[in-house]
Formats: sequence, structure tokens, C-alpha cells
Amino acid sequence: MSRFLSNLAPGQSGRITHVGGVAEVRNRLLEMGLTQGTRVELVRVAPLGDPVELQVRGYRLSVRKSEASTVSIEG
Amino acid sequence: MEAGSGVDAGVSVGILHIAVAGNPNSGKTSVFNRLSGLRHKVGNYPGVTVEKREGILVGTDAILLDLPGTYSLSARSPDEEIARDVLLGRVQGVKRPDAVLLVIDAANLERNLYLASQILEFGAPVVIACNMMDVAQRRGVGPDCAALSAELGVPVIPTVASEGEGISELRTALATLKPGEPPGRPWRLPDAFEAAIETIAEVMRQSGAVPACAVRGGALLWLSDYLSGERRSVQSAERFLSRLTDDQAATLRSAAESVAERVDDPAETVIERRYAWISQVAARALAQRSEVPEESGQAGIAPVGHRCGSEVGNRDRQGDLSRVEQGQRDRRGGIVQHKSTTDRIDEVLTHRVFGMVIFAGVMFVLFLSIFSWAQPVMDGIEAGQTALAGWVGPLLPAGPLRSLVTDGIISGVGAVVVFFPQICILFLFLSILEDSGYMARAAFLMDRLMSRVGLHGKSFIPLLSCYACAIPGILATRTIEHRRDRLTTIMVAPFMSCSARLPVYIIVIAAVFGDRTWLEAGVMFGMYALGTVTALVAALVFKKTLFAGPRPTFIMELPPYHVPQAGAIVRNTWDRSKLFLTSAGTTIFAVCVVIWAMSYFPRLSEGDLSAESRAAIARLDAGDAQGRENIIEGERLRRSYLGRLGHLMEPAIRPLGFDWRIGTGVLSSFLAREVFVSTMGITFSVGEADETSRDLRQKLVGAKWPNGRTVLTPLVGVVLMVFYVLACQCVSTLAVVRKETGSWRWPALMFAYMTVLAYVASLALYQIGSRLGWG
Repeated sequence: MSRFLSNLAPGQSGRITHVGGVAEVRNRLLEMGLTQGTRVELVRVAPLGDPVELQVRGYRLSVRKSEASTVSIEG
Repeated sequence: MEAGSGVDAGVSVGILHIAVAGNPNSGKTSVFNRLSGLRHKVGNYPGVTVEKREGILVGTDAILLDLPGTYSLSARSPDEEIARDVLLGRVQGVKRPDAVLLVIDAANLERNLYLASQILEFGAPVVIACNMMDVAQRRGVGPDCAALSAELGVPVIPTVASEGEGISELRTALATLKPGEPPGRPWRLPDAFEAAIETIAEVMRQSGAVPACAVRGGALLWLSDYLSGERRSVQSAERFLSRLTDDQAATLRSAAESVAERVDDPAETVIERRYAWISQVAARALAQRSEVPEESGQAGIAPVGHRCGSEVGNRDRQGDLSRVEQGQRDRRGGIVQHKSTTDRIDEVLTHRVFGMVIFAGVMFVLFLSIFSWAQPVMDGIEAGQTALAGWVGPLLPAGPLRSLVTDGIISGVGAVVVFFPQICILFLFLSILEDSGYMARAAFLMDRLMSRVGLHGKSFIPLLSCYACAIPGILATRTIEHRRDRLTTIMVAPFMSCSARLPVYIIVIAAVFGDRTWLEAGVMFGMYALGTVTALVAALVFKKTLFAGPRPTFIMELPPYHVPQAGAIVRNTWDRSKLFLTSAGTTIFAVCVVIWAMSYFPRLSEGDLSAESRAAIARLDAGDAQGRENIIEGERLRRSYLGRLGHLMEPAIRPLGFDWRIGTGVLSSFLAREVFVSTMGITFSVGEADETSRDLRQKLVGAKWPNGRTVLTPLVGVVLMVFYVLACQCVSTLAVVRKETGSWRWPALMFAYMTVLAYVASLALYQIGSRLGWG
């Protein structure tokens, strides 16, 4: 079963298998380092339920859940 | 290449131009400030509102140009496109840099190396400042700069710009920079890609459209844009083709198409391969560190070496994450450890209860500061203005010249300067919020709310600032990267009830609902609510129509917290505030003089007074010179061009319940909305008046239509206020929008749609209200 970054609970992490979505968003996510094989942790969810904070390549990145749901992960 | 390099890399010819590039939050501006000392020039790049800062490298005559902070050189945002175009020498009036100073964040090496690798491919001599080494070392991820230098083939200088460490070494490195062959791209793409790049580079070299040393980097960048599948990037690639001959363009297209046929997902391939190489470089630079703090040592180093590709790069990330896990284990054991300071702060500041409470507190202070802290200074400016006019006036002969100087020029300058305290305070606040890292958290907290109306979390603070004044609010939208989001925010900003509307609300509410405190407060609240709701609905409409497009993205770095640096903040505040004075200020001033002329001419002599005014004067006490003056001034304004325009407008505004006097007040409000009150004072011949004036209140309530009906009924009062909420009657706002959007199109549209909306809403309210007998 494929899982998405948006399915992670705070504190959980996974390895990126694929980034989908429209080109504008996808290419930006890739450029920010969310490339295949990269480990990413969901650190926390914003108080109003969206967006989420990620830990990737040693820094913190915030994306909306709708963007996180285009990133497939495993493990 | 031989022939070209002498010209392109002309470091020895004339004054050296050095571009300063880097990621946002890399401390680029601190490095720039340290290198350039106190003096620099701030402006915009031609045609866009991307801030341009220039300084002189202290001790030399080399020019430093601070490029916008970007994550890559794609053409996705105006900032990125400007950075790239400057590096390629394509920006009008900006010389192609002879060298690039690249600032990278040592604590965030991999992502910073992404931009670095793109810039290295452009072939200009590069010096890298590996900044924030102290933070990196504290976190146990400090790279070995010598190893990094060997990997990248350019000098890498460790710096801590906030402390001034490494700056003199950086200066030396820049001063002794030698032009040389750029290091070639050390990583490879699939063969089909490489072949196409070769072809494209050759065409670029022949065409001369790209500097010879940058053709290979330029070819890859163009190919990435062309195949990106993104509208903006593809457009940029097409624009480049239009600079070539038809044959050359055709060659480029067919080269790109051959890649598209043979490589599955070319856009992703380029990014993945680049990062794979970066991961290796970063891993080697970290592995060669002499000291490995024990914190990350075990988790980090063990698995390196035998893996390849992006796996290797994961070492550090796994190191980071496993430290978090270790911290959690410790916590279960009763000891909380290994949490960064930023994490601990964020646990409070993004907490679902405390985070929101603190946020509300910060916003309250921001609001209070622009609303009330600026007030004493603004009062001082107004008093100074009056004093100056009083001092200069008698020196000049009575007549048009005196009036021009005191009522036109001094008031015009005053109208600009009076905004200055609010703008300084807002920019001071914004600089502190940005520099500390809290700005990103504010957007993180508020994004959900703003996304409901299609806006970005970063729109929240600018819109909130508009409650004080739309001008600083609109200037604050500069932090919003996407043009569509920024334009939407600007276009709805004037609906937020600014402090200049307050005097209008106060005098009208007091006149029609006087002495019923709860009703007064309720109506006042209603006006603020109406403005806010209208702004949000208008934003939604704009995002669905004019600024419709792919769903806006929210991909934002949350930088570690920093203690803001006083020097940098003061300088940043001053630079931005000064830009307001010099750009928008001139337009505001000019319009003030025009409105003065309209209200002054044609000048009525006392002999031409109407019988009505003469009779009114005759009824006064013989010694009441002030009363006489007030009556004459009232008549003069009524018969000036402005007053005539008010009369002319009456048929149009009568259906709203307004008479020509209110019309004149509305017209004069274009200077600034609060001018309504003083204009009413003159029109009703009560002399100088402010919103607390009892005389004016009585005159307003007593004003009658020729048929004896009262003009300002409670219904008309509410209609008038609704008109003020919705109409864009502020020349200064329009001038700032013109400056910020770079065209008259947007202020024209803003004025038109807001005026129509205000008219239609007021018309509907008055017509329905009077039918229902509310008036």
C-alpha cells in the first residue's frame, strides 16, 4: 500500500519514493531537496491543522498537507 | 573559449563588479553589510520590485551587488529570474558581474549547495563564504572548508558574519581573485542529455547571446526550463529563443525534443543527479572534519563510505534524525536532551494554545505600535507643519504664493512625512520578525486561515498592518514571493479600515447617533467588520477570476531562530523607509499641490461674495473677525473648482442621499480621508475643525436640503460611512500601488472597482433603507 508524506504522524519519518503533483510544485519540492531516497520526518502540524513542518536534509521546511500528499514514501 | 575568456572574465579591466548570491536565511545580507561598510545604494531592478542593493567593497573600488536570496536559478519567481539574468549580464543597466561571492549556510549545507552548483556552472570566478560556522559547529555539522574547496574547485572561506569572523579573509580572497577556467560540471547526466547540452552550448557560443564561459551552464539551465513543464519557465525559455536566429532556435528545440524522447522525466533527472552529487560532496566535506562532536559522531560516521549516490548523503540526515530519536529515548528515561534551541522555542511558539496566544500578543503589539506609538510623532509633525506654515506665511505677500507655500507645499510635504513614523515602526517590527525567524512561524500559524480565501500565510501581517494604514501594509507585501498572491493582497488591502477613516467615523457617528454609547460602538465595530469581510471576499473573487491559476503553493523554509542584530535591523528599516520617501513621496506631494490648486482657484474676491454670505456676515457681532473669515472661506471653497466639482457631482450622489457639501468632502478626501472633517469644517463655515468639534457636529446634523429635509439622517450617516469603508479615496495608496506593481494598470483597476463597489453598495443601502423608512 502506498503511503504519503501527509499520512505521517508527528515524529514519524519515511523515505521518499516519488514526488507527484503539478510541475510548479513538484519541481520546487525536488529543488528543496525532497528527492527520491531522501529521508524526511514530519516534525509537527500547525495549530490550525495545516500546514505541516518537515525535517529534510538537516533543515526545516513547511508545506501544506495538499502538497505533502503528492509525496509518496516508504518505511 | 580561448578568444572569449579574455573578454568575459575581464577581471582586470576597469572596476570590479562582484555579485553576492545565496539562499534566503544564509546570512547573505550580513556578509554584504560587513564587506561594504555603512554606505550603500538601495533601489529596484528596472521594471520589477525586486530590491537592488549596491555597496563598495571596503578598502577597494570594487562594487558589490546584493542579489535577491534564492534557492535556485530556475525562472519560477521574479527573484530567481533577476538573479539569473544579472549573472548572465541580461539586466539593463546592470553590468555582468566579474565575480560572484556565494554565501552558503554551513549548518544547511546540502540545500545551499544546490544553488552553489548552479552558479559554479556559470563560469564566473566564485568565492564561497561558508557562513554561520558557529551554528553548524554547535550542531555538530560544521563542514571542513578546505575539503569543500577541493571538491568545488573554488576558495571556500569559513565565516561568522554576525560576529565579523572571517570577513578580512573573505576580503583578501576577493581582492586576489584570479580569472581562470571555470571548473566543469563534475557530475554527469544521461548521454542523450549530455549530447543535447553540447549542441545547445555550441549554438549559444556562436550566437553570443550567452557569455562564452557560461554557455555550458546556460545550456543546462535553458534545457531544464524548456522541459520543466512549468508555464513561467517555459515562457522564459521561449523568450531566450526569440533572441536567436530561426535556425539557431530550431536547433535548440530539436535538441530539447530529443532529450524529451529519450529521457524519462528530464526535469526530475537533472535535480536528482545534481543532488546525488551534492550529497557526496557534503558527506566528504563533513567526513574530513578534524573534530567530530560526540553528539552526532556515532550515529553519523559509521555507515559512510561504501554506499554511493544519494544514499551517502543520507548519512547526515540519518545522523540528525537518529539524534532526535536518541533524544526521545532519553526523555522516556526522564532526561530531555539533544533538542536544538529552535526546537524548544518552537514547542512553545507553534503550540496549539500558547503559540496562538503569543501570536495574538505579538500582533497586538504590532498593531498598537503603528496605531498609537506613532501618534505622538505624527502629532509633532503636524504641529511642526502648522508652526512652519505660521512662520513662513507672514514672510510672503498674502495671495496665491503664500497659499501655495503654506497650504500646498508645506501641507504636501507634511502629507508625505506624516506617514513616515508609522512606516518606520512597521518596518522596524517587520525587520525584527524576519531577522529572528518568527515571520516564517507567523505564516506557518496563519496559513490555514488565509488559504480559505486563496491567500498565503504571509498575507496576514500585511493585511493586519492595513488597519493602521494601507501604505505600510502594501509595502509589507514584499515578503510574498508569488506575484499573484502579492497582487491579490495589495488589491484588497485598502478595504481594511485604516486609521485615517477613524475621524470620519467618529464625527459622523457622533453627529447621528450621539450619546448612545452602545449603538456608537456597535456601528463603529460594524464598519471595521464590513471592511475586513469585504477584503476577504474580494480576495476570494480575485483568486477565482483575475489571478486564477494553479493552486498557490506554500513551500517555506522555517529557519532556526536568531537573536536579531540591532545594526542590521536599523539599517534595513532605514533603507526601506527611505525608499518610501523618495518613490511614493514624490507622487503624493504632487497630488497634494494639484488638490490645493483646485480648492484655491478661482480666487473669489470679497466684493464677489453672494448676498447670502453678506447677510450672514451682517448678522455677526461687529468684532467677530474670525466668524467673518469663516464665512468668506466657506463661500470660496464652495465656488472653487473643487466646490464646483462637488456641485457637478450632486446629481450622481443624490441617489446615495449625499448633497454637494458631502460631495466636496468626499472629493477632498483623496488627499487623505481624514481631510473630510476639515473640509466639512470649511464648507459649513466653522473654521478649523477636528472630529471632536461640537460646532461641526451641530452644523452637520442641522444641514438641510433646499426643501428643508435633513441631509444627514442616521441612514445617510451609515451610507456615508459604508462609502468610506469601500471607496479607495487615498491618493497615497494609489501612488504606492503604482510604485509597487510597476504600472498604472493596478492602481487604476483598484480605484475603479472599489469606487464602483462603494457607489453600488451605498446606492443599494440608501434606496432600500429609505423605502423601508429607516432614514
